[in-house]
Amino acid sequence: MIFLPVVGALILAFMPRSREEGQKRVALGTSLLTFFASVAAWASFDPAQDDKYQFIERYTWIPQLGISYHVGVDGLSLLLVVLTTFLTAIAILSAWTAVERRVKEFMIFLLLLETGMIGVFLSLDLILFYIFWEAMLIPMYFLIGVWGGPRRIYATIKFVLYTMAGSLLMLVAIIGLYFQSGAGGERSFNLIEIQTRLATNPLDPQVQMWMFLAFALAFAIKVPMFPFHTWLPDAHVEAPTAGSVILAGVLLKMGGYGFLRFCLPLFPDSARQFAPTIMALAVIGIIYGALVALVQRDVKKLVAYSSVSHLGFVVLGIFAFSAPAMEGALLQMINHGLSTGALFLIVGMIYERRHTREIAEFGGLWKILPIFAVYFLITTLSSIGLPGLNGFVGEFLILLGSFIRDPVMTAFATTGVILGAIYMLWMFQRVMQGPLERPQNRGLRDLNGREQCVLFPLAVAMFVIGLFPSPFLGTFDKTAVKIVEQVGAPIARPDSWSPPGPEAAPARTEAPATGAAPLAAVALAGDTPAANLGTTASARPSPSPESPPNRGAVATRPNARTPERLNARTPNTQGPAGERR
Amino acid sequence: MFANLPSGNEMLAIVPQMIVAVLAMVVLLIDACAPKGSAGRAPANVSLVGLLVALVATITMASSDTQPVLGGMVISDHYAQFFNIIFILTAIAAVMLSVEYLEREGISHGEYYALLLLTTSGMMIMAAATDLIAVFLGLEVLSIALYILAGYARERLASEEAAIKYFLLGAFASAFFLYGIALVYGATGTTSLEMIRERIARNGLGQGDALLMMGAALLIVGFGFKVAIVPFHLWTPDVYEGAPTTVTAFMSVGAKAAGFAAFLRVFLDGLPVLADQSAQVLAALAALTMIVGNVVAISQRNIKRMLAYSSIAHAGYLLVGLSAAVKGAQSGVPAVLFYSLGYLVMNMGAFAVVIAFRRRGEEVLEMNDYAGLGFRYPALGAAMTVFMVSLAGLPPTVGFLGKLYLFSAALDAGYTWLVIIAVLTSVVSVYYYLRVIVMMYMSPPETEAEPTELLSSSYLHIAIALTAIGTVFLGLLPTGILDMANAAWQGIAQQIAAR
Repeated sequence: MIFLPVVGALILAFMPRSREEGQKRVALGTSLLTFFASVAAWASFDPAQDDKYQFIERYTWIPQLGISYHVGVDGLSLLLVVLTTFLTAIAILSAWTAVERRVKEFMIFLLLLETGMIGVFLSLDLILFYIFWEAMLIPMYFLIGVWGGPRRIYATIKFVLYTMAGSLLMLVAIIGLYFQSGAGGERSFNLIEIQTRLATNPLDPQVQMWMFLAFALAFAIKVPMFPFHTWLPDAHVEAPTAGSVILAGVLLKMGGYGFLRFCLPLFPDSARQFAPTIMALAVIGIIYGALVALVQRDVKKLVAYSSVSHLGFVVLGIFAFSAPAMEGALLQMINHGLSTGALFLIVGMIYERRHTREIAEFGGLWKILPIFAVYFLITTLSSIGLPGLNGFVGEFLILLGSFIRDPVMTAFATTGVILGAIYMLWMFQRVMQGPLERPQNRGLRDLNGREQCVLFPLAVAMFVIGLFPSPFLGTFDKTAVKIVEQVGAPIARPDSWSPPGPEAAPARTEAPATGAAPLAAVALAGDTPAANLGTTASARPSPSPESPPNRGAVATRPNARTPERLNARTPNTQGPAGERR
Repeated sequence: MFANLPSGNEMLAIVPQMIVAVLAMVVLLIDACAPKGSAGRAPANVSLVGLLVALVATITMASSDTQPVLGGMVISDHYAQFFNIIFILTAIAAVMLSVEYLEREGISHGEYYALLLLTTSGMMIMAAATDLIAVFLGLEVLSIALYILAGYARERLASEEAAIKYFLLGAFASAFFLYGIALVYGATGTTSLEMIRERIARNGLGQGDALLMMGAALLIVGFGFKVAIVPFHLWTPDVYEGAPTTVTAFMSVGAKAAGFAAFLRVFLDGLPVLADQSAQVLAALAALTMIVGNVVAISQRNIKRMLAYSSIAHAGYLLVGLSAAVKGAQSGVPAVLFYSLGYLVMNMGAFAVVIAFRRRGEEVLEMNDYAGLGFRYPALGAAMTVFMVSLAGLPPTVGFLGKLYLFSAALDAGYTWLVIIAVLTSVVSVYYYLRVIVMMYMSPPETEAEPTELLSSSYLHIAIALTAIGTVFLGLLPTGILDMANAAWQGIAQQIAAR
């Protein structure tokens, strides 16, 4: 599945330049095929074991350097892969008329980019991961640089240099891990092996700190976290619409994914040590992004800064180290991909019609573009987190989970939600409502069939996640718990925690089955703050033999500021998921 | 006295070197015997065939000998074999690049190829030498032929200037090198690497010995000049810019690899007692070289100068591997070998593309003139992209894998700081390599009125295709080559251990 898009790209490369229509069809067909393949993978994915890698493929590749081709999917990566293939297909469809020159090359780069992105999410070998991570830059570099706006060269070089600076230091840390992994046997870049070896052979705290910082820098730039965010508005604004969609929808998620996949499990002690700092930066990012978005005159810039703000929530959720926040962060990554992707598409469509993105140039468009207005409204509301749409579930879970860790910061973060509503609705009001003043806007035509085909699936996805979040949460609930445990329980004592086993099941089925009505699932999470906070172990009521040490481990955890409250709660977000089983 | 004549078996060890040297004479004769101007492409074709024969001879040669032959002067081990393959491939690529270029420049003569082959044989002697005198011999054969080649476009002032500069500074460097040999000889009474090692051990010479230290330092200076490391690099940009582009390509790859080949062997095999100090010095030089090379390359507008500074920077990366190897990292030597091969394909390819573009009967050398060429010539543009991406060290190319190998060797040796400098300067390098791509694909062509013409010779096109394929292939499936590089290192390690 990873290399399906490459095959498509190769076919394209040998197609005659004149047959543009055919090239578009081949590209779209390839991306749809990849999308269906990823959906098929989702369908056969076993959600009961979402914390284990599934569909593993492993071949030796460069044995001299300990590099193997090793891929697999778990709850963390599954939905992100589906999101990638989904958004790529949409991006290709959206570029149908927006890209006028060099269509063939555009499609080739998009497909190559897709391979890189899927590869990043699936790699279980650090070098393989790094290769996909870097190789992905090249097509993105061309997409922005060739098909971008007026300041595209500046933007694309800035984008590449920022990313490179972070990721090369990560490479040093990766090589360092390779040598550390040699302590207990053959050296390897294999993520799973390194993880098991680090569990028995913990890193020197100093070394761990530097490695954590090297990885964290790479991911922080990618997310992007304040103060490493300055490449993002440039890249977003200059990129062509399809590029912005992919950039916002998928590339930014790689930072969050990297934190979850590498930083937290590999360097738990340092992660705990730096969590307050990173949470603070995340909150600054949330508020700063929102404030800057508020004053933008350019719609695309506004959306770009809103990304900074939204991604702040994701990072906050990740570093709150509690299961609901973690799940919320994961879901929010998907949500942000959908809603911001849709916003960029909408901005692109309006730009195609008016060739400007200045907010002041619009106003009163609702009257002449009614269909467009509906999609725009849905997306806007999804972005600000209206209950019933996808944004609400993720944001709420994050805030809920973070509140237990740090009420003050969460309170500040919540202002980001309010500001988000203000800048988005204000923008919507200025663009769509009010009197239709500009004569140029009168002749605009509404969405055609293709454009509706682009936006419709996104809108459906927003509603589905908003109304029925449990199947989505169900694919990574155990993964989230596992990561929290990896960070929470000192990894030096690997036997002080056990993966959620069968004894956890009774506790989960006991949970009130209020998830019967899908909306109630959300309402439940809202009314009774009875989510599965902390670790499964801490909340597990069953008198399993390892329970007492577990409680001890949780209570002594530096970041568990309110252990009593943690223990007082019963696992409950698992309710819908448990019932489904 | 005839008892000292080498036996047939011993001569077998240097068959590849002899093939190349004899080939040089043959090419010279062909050119001399043919009536003026009628030789055409015969010298080039003969050189290519002969080089291929030498390549086959090198690969098939039984090179399991671990004993130096010819009075302890040269050895034919896997290490020499690996470098010989690099040199012969470099020479083949250089010939293929040269054929049409020389005709266009009006300097197509047979002796060009003869000199090229002589240089190659000098390189091969350096890689096989186990005696400082043999190293010097190879170095001089290489250098003198290169001095002439640098000035080969004798109607261009820049080319003459390059030759004179290269000659004067090169002569100084040779003198330093020779003086270094003399001091080492003074300290140990021998020039054979094996004996130097033994005597140092026997006489308890070592870190405190002033003569030996001075000698080693001067050897570093001499090598440093040849491989163009900072602060012995000042000749590089001018010479690289002035020399005919094909010669620049050839010397940036070949002479550098030859220098590193001998550099490594001398310090690993002959002077391991100084490992700690020399590793420190080399690491410091590596850091300096990478910083200066990469930072100065940013401001270059001429693509040949840019590639010259880039080649300085790459010498710095190789030096990282070298200092790791001297420090005792097991993967240091194979990393240097692998990177040398990788640099061969990517740098030769980059120069080949530079050679391919011409405008108004001249080479296109200003970066700005590359505007818009990427889409006009998609195949060449794609190839150049591959080379630039590889030089910048991005996957999935050999440039990335080579750097990964070098850096992991350096981390193994404990040079974390050096690796951090290396990656930070690599970020800098991304900027100037990508600027070529920016020019080719993202800038609107400014000089639309003046059409760009393309060299049409199939030699050049085949060379570009092969190097581009090699760049990606070595980046994806390097297993076989890595095995060879490891075997080469094992050979040396055994020699060292055996004594």
